[in-house]
Amino acid sequence: MWNRLKALILKETLATLRDPRNRVALIAPPLLQLLVFSFTGTQDVKDIRLAILNQDYGQPAAELVQRLSAAPNFSQVYFVQSPQQLQELIDGQRVLLNVRVPADFSRRFYANDSPVVQIVLDGRKSMAAQIALGYLTSIVQQFSRDQLQPADPGKGVMSVEPRNWFNPNLDYLWFTVPSLVVIITLQVSMNVTTLSVPREREMGTFDQLLVSPLRPIEIMIGKMIPAFFLALFDATIFVLVAIFVFRIPFHGSLPLLYFSLVVFVSSVVGIGLLISMLCSTQQQALLGTMAIMMPALILSGYTSPIENMPEWLQAVTCLNPLRYMMVIVKGIFLKAIPAEVVLANLWPMAAIAVGTLSLATWSFRRHLA
Amino acid sequence: MPMIMNRQASGWLRLRALIRKEAIQIISDPSSILIAFVLPVLLLFLYGYAVSLDSTKIKVGLALEDRSTDVESLIAAFRNSPYFILSVSFSRRELERDLVAGRIRGLVVVPADFSRQRNWQGGRPALQVIADGSEPTTANFVQNYVQGVAELWLQQRAMETGRPAPVPVTVEPQMWFNPSRESKNYIVPGSIAIIITMIGTLLTAMVVAREWERGTMEAMMATPVRIQEIILGKLLPYFGLGLGSMLFCTLAATFIFQAPFRGSFVSLFLFTSLFLFTCLGIGLLVSTLAKSQFVAGQFALVLGFLPAVQLSGFIFEISSMPPIIQGLTYLFPARYFVQGLQSIFLAGDVMSILTLNGAVLAGFSALFFLLNARVTRKRLE
Amino acid sequence: MSRQPCPNDVPPLVTVRGLAKRFPKTRRPALDGIDAEVRAGRITGLVGPDGAGKTTLIRVIAGLLTASQGEVEVLGFDPAVAAEKIHDRCGYMPQRFGLYEELSVIQNLSLYADLRGVPGEERAPTFERLLRFTDLQRFTDRKAGALSGGMKQKLGLACALLSRPALLLLDEPSVGVDPISRRELWAMVKELVGEGIGVLWSTAYLDEAELCDEVILLNEGRKLCSGPPEELTKTVESRTFTLAVHDGRRKILARALQQDAVIDGVIQGERIRLVLREGDRFEPASVGAGSGTELRPVNPRFEDAFIDALGGVPKGESAVTQAMQPVFLDEKPAIECEDLTKRFGDFVAADRVTFSVPKGEIFGLLGPNGAGKSTTFKMLCGLLRPSGGQARVAGYDLRRAASQARNRIGYMAQKFSLYGNLTVQQNLEFFAGIYGLAGKRRREAVSRMVEIFGFKDQVNLASGQLPLGFKQRLAMACSLMHEPDVLFLDEPTSGVDPIARREFWTHINALVEKGRTVMVTTHFMDEAEYCDRVALIYRGRVIALASPDELKRSVRSSACADPTMEDAFIALIRRSDQQPAGAAG
Repeated sequence: MWNRLKALILKETLATLRDPRNRVALIAPPLLQLLVFSFTGTQDVKDIRLAILNQDYGQPAAELVQRLSAAPNFSQVYFVQSPQQLQELIDGQRVLLNVRVPADFSRRFYANDSPVVQIVLDGRKSMAAQIALGYLTSIVQQFSRDQLQPADPGKGVMSVEPRNWFNPNLDYLWFTVPSLVVIITLQVSMNVTTLSVPREREMGTFDQLLVSPLRPIEIMIGKMIPAFFLALFDATIFVLVAIFVFRIPFHGSLPLLYFSLVVFVSSVVGIGLLISMLCSTQQQALLGTMAIMMPALILSGYTSPIENMPEWLQAVTCLNPLRYMMVIVKGIFLKAIPAEVVLANLWPMAAIAVGTLSLATWSFRRHLA
Repeated sequence: MPMIMNRQASGWLRLRALIRKEAIQIISDPSSILIAFVLPVLLLFLYGYAVSLDSTKIKVGLALEDRSTDVESLIAAFRNSPYFILSVSFSRRELERDLVAGRIRGLVVVPADFSRQRNWQGGRPALQVIADGSEPTTANFVQNYVQGVAELWLQQRAMETGRPAPVPVTVEPQMWFNPSRESKNYIVPGSIAIIITMIGTLLTAMVVAREWERGTMEAMMATPVRIQEIILGKLLPYFGLGLGSMLFCTLAATFIFQAPFRGSFVSLFLFTSLFLFTCLGIGLLVSTLAKSQFVAGQFALVLGFLPAVQLSGFIFEISSMPPIIQGLTYLFPARYFVQGLQSIFLAGDVMSILTLNGAVLAGFSALFFLLNARVTRKRLE
Repeated sequence: MSRQPCPNDVPPLVTVRGLAKRFPKTRRPALDGIDAEVRAGRITGLVGPDGAGKTTLIRVIAGLLTASQGEVEVLGFDPAVAAEKIHDRCGYMPQRFGLYEELSVIQNLSLYADLRGVPGEERAPTFERLLRFTDLQRFTDRKAGALSGGMKQKLGLACALLSRPALLLLDEPSVGVDPISRRELWAMVKELVGEGIGVLWSTAYLDEAELCDEVILLNEGRKLCSGPPEELTKTVESRTFTLAVHDGRRKILARALQQDAVIDGVIQGERIRLVLREGDRFEPASVGAGSGTELRPVNPRFEDAFIDALGGVPKGESAVTQAMQPVFLDEKPAIECEDLTKRFGDFVAADRVTFSVPKGEIFGLLGPNGAGKSTTFKMLCGLLRPSGGQARVAGYDLRRAASQARNRIGYMAQKFSLYGNLTVQQNLEFFAGIYGLAGKRRREAVSRMVEIFGFKDQVNLASGQLPLGFKQRLAMACSLMHEPDVLFLDEPTSGVDPIARREFWTHINALVEKGRTVMVTTHFMDEAEYCDRVALIYRGRVIALASPDELKRSVRSSACADPTMEDAFIALIRRSDQQPAGAAG
């Protein structure tokens, strides 16, 4: 049985790697994606364009406006004279948000009568706008704190000392690069496996395998192993690029990361083979892959934190191996999470791997009927 | 018995036949229906519920190294905040472990001398906030929310004791076009862009490559069909499928998911058509050059699909990307489409945006058609 | 099927002068210095071994490829400039059907009718006529992808015939088509020719070529000769004989083929047919045919002349003989099936098929397309689950047996399914590997196959780039590597030229001499003659089961005193059709 398996694995590997174009195609585009998408995946909003309409002539208003225009995240500030202009700038997407300081701002400020600044955000980019709003709010808060009479320092005050562990400057690259390492690994292993059975069916070689002494489980393993090693190989390159090109700190244990990758790739390959068994043409397989991969990405915690999702949807994410691997990869890179935390995220992936692979084998047998 | 027919009439007949053929193929393959009508709804649904950056409840730990009435009220302030799910512990160690394990996203430490410092003239009481930087978005929220709670608490204490407190300046935000700040509202345009790219580039590239693989292209080329008819016969059905899917997406978004639609159908239709033509042009070009489904699929993915997700500004803000990558986004049509579509859906027909982006898309589609006309010839070589 | 007289002064529809076609990155031009003509009202046959350039020539004429050199004129136009004009009046059927698998039969027809501008009022009678001719009336709503190979081919032909073109280009239209359909196809094309259209017909069936008005014989991109087939046939006159042999005809043929005097030899039931070299003599006793057997002169065929023109069948005994261990022949049958039935919904594809094949026999499964032959075949090798009945191979039910049982069978699929992007060596190693050969045994098996089949110069080529004949040999090598007891061959020579087929049967004969059992399906009736016994399957049932000679004898009549295998095939099918339904079987 081992000989048969070895031949099958060798064939699958050769079939994938013999063509030099194929070899390039399996390594270059993923690497390119890692490099480009690491930068696109940021949810850090820099270079915000802002419009300010100051209708108040008082000192506090001037001070606030001055602070806003000096803030590093607001790269370009338009000062306008009329509400019309504010609206035009937003409509034409020249600015992401605008600020109006009403005429009674200073009066109310001195009277301690809840002064107000009005902000209008571009809801077409509500994600970016909300983050920008966060910056703006903290500037305004800082402003009101600093306006407190310095005559009575100390007593009764309190400062908040913000600190960010694992990523002191909240650099988004530290978040996106490790995430992309596993996302692109997922993509590579899916691509290699989902098309393999439909391709053999279209070529007519699948029957040849079926009449040979190979058992269904052997055919599955034979298709699995090369995809498996290819994915690990790509993942290795990605990890190296992350550490040496992007300079992402690596605090955890490398063996633990690899062990997790092995389990993760098994679960992905299992899903890939299941799709592969169910599809009769390459077109179906490719589109099926898309239909699985996009939700997997959304429900992984990459585009938005899982905690923010409604509970029932959080339950759905439990079926997504990417979800667990995201925790592990960021944990090992940045946080050096202990083995038991890794393990807690490993066993669900292992269960998914076992489940999908047995389903795939079962549907294989059924197909034979 | 040779027959002489009006050339134009027979050309129209041939085109109609090709379109009918393609339509049957589309209908009989469940995967194209899946992509055109099931996936959009799934995407809308998922994005509607899953993608939300406005954190409502964050798990935060409060480590108490000091116990006093002051601290009791601070705890109460945190407990009353709608933003936190609080776990209070006297062991900072334990909470730090929770932070590492990802069980909490932030940790607020009340240091041992907190009350003493507070009640002593010149003292510098400080709350330490440690956020989990491995989730930068959440970390930002943690910092901001804790700041807010502290602010509120200080005011309350000040009022109780009659001491001066900072004048609270209220920020009154208004989210135009999307006042309830629902992610799904602005996800609709992005989803349409993704679906159109899938149909226009990926599906088209695959089906043309399949004709080469199966030898039907050869048979077709030996009939009186003109090459323009072959191209149109491929494009029109997928154009129809793309528009159908767009319409379906729009209806589902507005009626099922209650997303706004403020522009006009005319501009939606025209704008989508322009982008669809561009995508079809890319798909056709890829398949003519690749001639194998596998290669065509991979190319279409890298050239069409991924940029539509990553470089279109649909999820990720383009202006935050490094300049080189920002420059790169100008090369992909998806960017212009998403920008225009966002306005049509949420703001209305903002002409300055539509004309500019529309012109660029028109340029793109013209370019790809010229390229296609150059590489496609009615020969096997 | 007599040829119609046709004056030579008809202007040619196609004129080719000094045509050469080179493809980038190949050493030898695909076509070189070709002169040819196709005339209206005639069938011009295009014959030659694989890789001779037949398809390339047809594609150049159809305007799908441009000539590198020389002049081509088709229907008065230059295909390099005015391909559209040619396409308006020229029907073309490519090798790969050109059908849309997702479309039904009638939808495919309507599509091509529209593309070719068949007017609405002519459509109904045209469809009716073509469907009747192709016997596809019952399947008009079936998807083309669900048709059997032969039915696809018929539909492809119907699509090419739709507009009654002035010129019809057929690229191997009869590959994989059963004899009845082939005869009908021929009659139909003949009818078209009678209406004045010209046909260029590329074929691997030389009995078809013999019926053409004119043939063009290509080899390695060059034209060997052209003219009426009988002119070529004349060159082997009085050199063709048959030899009646009762025992060991395979051994005797193998010995005969080693002699220099013998240019070609095939088995015809209980006789051996030989073509001798000009001026050479042949003694039956020298091959151990026994005393009393004598050479009986027979009429030459075009095929004899074809083989002669190409220099005869390659000499030498099949190396399989030395390489393989003989199998002990015992009483147990190698293959047996009992009431084997397969239903697809209401449709009964195989109906209580029963037979048994002893060890060391070549057993042929014949039948028209879609008759249930492939279904039976697939059930036997375990690719389909029977709805009823039993099938045992080497004593095992392959569907249930442990994988080791499958080690004892070899399987060669219709399309020579190989991994196109792997090299010859890698394909061999792969198939050796999945049949459990390892280490030294695998290396030996692979090098043995390389030697037997002469792959030495090709071991590092990707198998997808090999010519068809080589692919077929490689597919065979892959299925033999593990020395199976039973070999399943599904149309193993489909589309392969006669010389490669001779070679193929030399190997098969040698295998059977070693006690292996072979189960084969084929549409070549001359190949059916190699079988010890033949089962004729029609509409899901076995309608005849006997040796080729017995079958031929059973249809002998005053009208047909010496029936060929093809005559027998057709007569038996007709006879079965005439029996009232229900009474048959």
